[in-house]
Amino acid sequence: MTSGFSRARRQGAYARFDVAEASLIASLAGQVIALLLDGVPDPQVAGSDDDPLDQLVGMSGPVTRPEDPVLLRLLPDGYSDEPGSEDANADFRRYTERGLRDDKVANAEAVIASLRVAGADTATDDDPVDVELDEAGVQAWLRSLTDLRLAIGTRLGVADGDEERWESLADDDPAKAMHDVYDWLGFLQETLVRTLR
Amino acid sequence: MSTAPSEVEESDVDERVLADVPWVTVVWNDPVNLMSYVAYVFRTYFGYSEAKADKLMLAVHEEGRAAVSNGSREAMERDVQAMHSYGLWATLQKADAS
Repeated sequence: MTSGFSRARRQGAYARFDVAEASLIASLAGQVIALLLDGVPDPQVAGSDDDPLDQLVGMSGPVTRPEDPVLLRLLPDGYSDEPGSEDANADFRRYTERGLRDDKVANAEAVIASLRVAGADTATDDDPVDVELDEAGVQAWLRSLTDLRLAIGTRLGVADGDEERWESLADDDPAKAMHDVYDWLGFLQETLVRTLR
Repeated sequence: MSTAPSEVEESDVDERVLADVPWVTVVWNDPVNLMSYVAYVFRTYFGYSEAKADKLMLAVHEEGRAAVSNGSREAMERDVQAMHSYGLWATLQKADAS
């Protein structure tokens, strides 16, 4: 079981995972990538693509909020739900959602790549997977661990102060196992934030 | 040369007044993000001191929301975009709309 991240000697951070942990993280990151890419709205129906100027400057993008609550949490509205905010939200989404989505995919890909570099694909059961991150890698992991937790937490319906709810679940309940993963990712995130002090 | 309009249309006046109203970036509490991470984001992105970042983080946590920056609408859209890239839940609004 990993003890989480510690500060690397010169810069960045370091963590040793066992193979199962490394493949769990890579698998979850892959699922978030699939979710983000699957949910890309068809440009034909995105609404703004009939404007040639928008197309020319690459300023066309989705204008409607994602229906999946996980995607909506990863790609939130820019304006709160006040009357009359619909147009502002549509514009905000048109100009920002595609970039945000691309950044999140790139961060998750960077996580998977750093696990692969550490040998997660080829390691056998007893081999440690030593992940070394430079400053850019730390940022990618910070943000991607956040996205993984947002995705799992939203799917599970995690709420403030609900620890008892999860502890009371039967050990063989898949939701309990998922919540354990959620907690574990939080532990990793905490150790990574601590390396930045 | 065009002639001056005999009277300024009311919608123009409203737009000009509204443009001067500062906007704020509001970060909302969510059950997922770690307190240490939220404070880190406030220190790193906004350049706030540890004391100010912690105070804002606690305000988000305890009051459910906090205005973390203010300025022009464009600047606040950039801040909200940055908060979303960190995975924080943020929106912008007119400063007096809360």
